Amino acid sequence: MTIIAPNLGAAARGTAATRRMTRGANPADRAYQAVVTALALALPALLLALIVELTINAWPSIERFGWAFVFTATWDPVADVYGAGPLIFGTLASSVVALLLAVPMAFSVAIFLTEFAPRWLRRPLGFLVELLAAVPSVVYGLWGIFVLIPFLRTVVVPPLKAAFGWLPFFQGVFYGNSMLAGGIILAVMVVPYIAAVSREVLNAVPSSQREAALALGATRWEAVWMAVLPYGRAGLVGAVMLGLGRALGETMAVTMVIGNRHDISLSLLQPGYTMAAAIANEFSEATTSLYLSALFEVGLTLFVITVLVNAAARLLVWRTAPGRAVGTRAL
Amino acid sequence: MHLATERLTARYHGRPAITEVSLGIRPRAITAVIGPSGCGKSTFLRCLNRMHELSDGGTVEGRVLLDGTDIYGAGVDAVQVRRRVGMVFQRPTPFPTMSIYDNVAAGLRVNGVARRRMGEIVERSLAQAALWDEVKDRLHGSALALSGGQQQRLCIARALATEPEVLLMDEPASALDPLATQRVEELMVTLKQAYTIVVVTHNLQQASRVSDYTGFFYLGDLVEFDQTARMFTNPSDGRTEAYITGRFG
Ligand SMILES: Nc1ncnc2c1ncn2[C@@H]1O[C@H](COP(=O)(O)OP(=O)(O)O)[C@@H](O)[C@H]1O
Ligand SMILES: [Mg+2]
Repeated sequence: MTIIAPNLGAAARGTAATRRMTRGANPADRAYQAVVTALALALPALLLALIVELTINAWPSIERFGWAFVFTATWDPVADVYGAGPLIFGTLASSVVALLLAVPMAFSVAIFLTEFAPRWLRRPLGFLVELLAAVPSVVYGLWGIFVLIPFLRTVVVPPLKAAFGWLPFFQGVFYGNSMLAGGIILAVMVVPYIAAVSREVLNAVPSSQREAALALGATRWEAVWMAVLPYGRAGLVGAVMLGLGRALGETMAVTMVIGNRHDISLSLLQPGYTMAAAIANEFSEATTSLYLSALFEVGLTLFVITVLVNAAARLLVWRTAPGRAVGTRAL
Repeated sequence: MHLATERLTARYHGRPAITEVSLGIRPRAITAVIGPSGCGKSTFLRCLNRMHELSDGGTVEGRVLLDGTDIYGAGVDAVQVRRRVGMVFQRPTPFPTMSIYDNVAAGLRVNGVARRRMGEIVERSLAQAALWDEVKDRLHGSALALSGGQQQRLCIARALATEPEVLLMDEPASALDPLATQRVEELMVTLKQAYTIVVVTHNLQQASRVSDYTGFFYLGDLVEFDQTARMFTNPSDGRTEAYITGRFG
């Protein structure tokens, strides 16, 4: 008996502990969990609601114009006919111009900051580049109107026209507000984003890769080119896509310099328009319900394009480096 | 003797990691560098191809003579030095986005070797590294598909492709399994017919198996340098004896 008793006690203690263990989380824990779960679910729900709302509001326009909305260029509030071709074209064209200018610059900055700058300079310089992202969009717009456009008119465009005036991209008279000005403003605005993410990507490339290249007799620059950039390429693609996403949706600065004309022109010297700018400018003037609905459809289109770009970015990142994309966490 | 150090001191941010090391490396032989962890073996090796100066705060005093020329002398280009003194690292470092072929050709490309000669050199290097038979059917496949031991031999082939005179190896087998280690050791013994090899190892058996000469480092000093057979049987310094008999490190 005296031998069995303590064993019974242990068994009893064991079952009590088991009961405590299997009772589940304590009430405060459970409440907290419920709140967090609800909040986490609220975000996708909000997104869904946004899509539904946009679609409902855009429906009259979708029904009326069908695919012609996307492919035609007439935007005539008087006749109540709307085609968003120029807006879509302008959004894509200004973003492409922006990326063509911004990507080389941002990559150069990132490469300089991670590979070539003296160590003491890296932090302050990186901070300054990131500070560019904090400048309010409207300030860039002002800068565009008062500094960039006069500069383009007097210094850049005349020699550009003289040298490349025969190209379709530089036709016509340059008045200032133009696709070129919009693209440059956008480029300045997305450089800090692309540079910051690229810098993280390049920093994450193991130094063993650099050293392996250098030990083969590569110069610093050759090591960057043959070891560092390829290793980080998935992340770099992601950085560019992040910049593209920003450029597509940017509104204020662009509308201040792009000219806001519903026209499709290959010439960068001519005015254009973007979806985001048109929505912002014309919302208060939308007098008919079809006009308003057309603007909603523009918003829906912009939304879809942005989602597609992000999806494409992720796909590219996965494809180029399945499973071990450097720096893509930042996306 | 075409590689030698004279009173070589290497520092990190002013703190010496090796002090006044003077040592002559015999050509076409394997010189092992042994010593407890942190005694400066890797630092010493990285001084021999001017990699040390790439480390944060890395500085060098003294001389390293390659065929009588101080590689730290005025007007000497570190890039040219590294083309003559190749290096293999502890962990295999294949370029992950390149094929097997392109990995081996990487050094040839930066050295400006003509494209039409490349295929032949790649094959010869892979053969020298005893890897050709295993990869000849998948030269254009990813280098990452190889096993760790194969990757390390790929890195050796990559280093050999540029025809260096000296091959530095920093614990080249410490990340490998015993069988792969044995293959790398056999490879080193074959390669010494054509190359001067300096190998860092913390594995004393390995040092005694493969090397002709051994240098023992302790706390940044070269304590003893001798023929391997002599050092392992009859060390002249008490610290060497303590180390090789396993009393510390
Ligand atoms: N990058 C570095 N920065 C500062 N100190 C270092 C660095 N690398 C090595 N050291 C120091 O230098 C000494 C020698 O290191 P190392 O040459 O790597 O030794 P071993 O290869 O023999 O283990 C150690 O004390 C180590 O802490
Ligand atoms: Mg080491």
